[in-house]
Amino acid sequence: MKPKHRRLTFVIIGVALLAGAAALVLSASRESLVFFQTPSEIVAKAPAPDRRLRIGGLVEEGSVDRAAGGTVRFRVTDGAATVPVSYVGILPDLFREGRGVVAEGRLEHGVFVADQVLAKHDENYMPPEAAESLKRSGYWQHMQDQIKGSKTGSAPAAGSGGQ
Amino acid sequence: MRALVNPTFVMRWSTRAVPWLGGLTLLLVAAGLYLALIASPPDYQQGDSVRIMYVHVPAAWMALFCYTCMAAASAAGLVWRSPIADLAAQATAPVGAAFTFIALVTGSLWGKPMWGTWWVWDARLTSVLILQFLYFGFIALSHAFDDPARGQRAAAVLALVGFVNVPIIKFSVDWWSTLHQPASVVRLDGPSIHPSMLAPLLVMAIAFTCYYVWLLLVRLQSEILNGKIRALRLRQAHG
Repeated sequence: MKPKHRRLTFVIIGVALLAGAAALVLSASRESLVFFQTPSEIVAKAPAPDRRLRIGGLVEEGSVDRAAGGTVRFRVTDGAATVPVSYVGILPDLFREGRGVVAEGRLEHGVFVADQVLAKHDENYMPPEAAESLKRSGYWQHMQDQIKGSKTGSAPAAGSGGQ
Repeated sequence: MRALVNPTFVMRWSTRAVPWLGGLTLLLVAAGLYLALIASPPDYQQGDSVRIMYVHVPAAWMALFCYTCMAAASAAGLVWRSPIADLAAQATAPVGAAFTFIALVTGSLWGKPMWGTWWVWDARLTSVLILQFLYFGFIALSHAFDDPARGQRAAAVLALVGFVNVPIIKFSVDWWSTLHQPASVVRLDGPSIHPSMLAPLLVMAIAFTCYYVWLLLVRLQSEILNGKIRALRLRQAHG
């Protein structure tokens, strides 16, 4: 074996071993690598009220209620489960009904009390006119259902597509 | 293969290619910026903030592309002991580090108005920050030894070890829940971005790629000349 070939074998085996080790470590620490948990996961686990966590999902259509004193209440859904959230503070620009949201806080008596609410933008980019024509053609509802159903398989179509 | 890594050969064709690449880069950046900032429509959700994407996304792609090139060149340098490959890795590192920095800063500027935060520790953002540190580590390590060849070898090993981070960055948004949105362009079921916005994005991406190749050649040339000067000085000192 020429030294050149020996070095090549070394590099290939080294990189392969490293990739394997990285894959093992990453799949073992999945719990701590996720940024948020879905409403289904939170309902299933029912975490203790002293545990800080993040919940992510879609803001349910028609659930946003801005009470006096600056408290905002809304429900976060993934199509299978729904968790009510309450929050005092300023909401980000992209916070919309039917859109993605990530809230950080604690689950107290079935209500998620958030101290930070972030908007989660989806991967769709289009000009307003294109969005309008999608809504007119009825494709919009299909897309919304896809977003909702992406995790849960089938999802009920809640409300109408537009705002 | 021999001819490709011969410094004289590299010098000859890169001297011819550099002015053309420079001109092409300028043209494409001008066209891309015009398309991105003026001609393209605002987004239906983000409004004009979407224009940050035309710099952010190509910069992030280049951050990954440069790292891949750097790792490949490092592997070639380690295996075939090719000085040109080592030089190419050395020349790529600061360019990739700069692209990573641009991606991080523009992403942060977009995140504040859109997400409501400058920074979160989700899998995508954290793995890109690690990429930035890998670039810094590579640059530092390659200058850490008195003998440049030793430094380059150590840095090359780091580049190869750090390469596992590249697929992690790409697939972080699919493997784990992240605040960062999943891929819009490079995905199995076709781009989820309107053609009127995809076009400026691709022009900017090609412009950034040309810029990288141009910088790489200029830097390679100056490194080759540097090496020649060092050799001449050594000969004088001993002669």
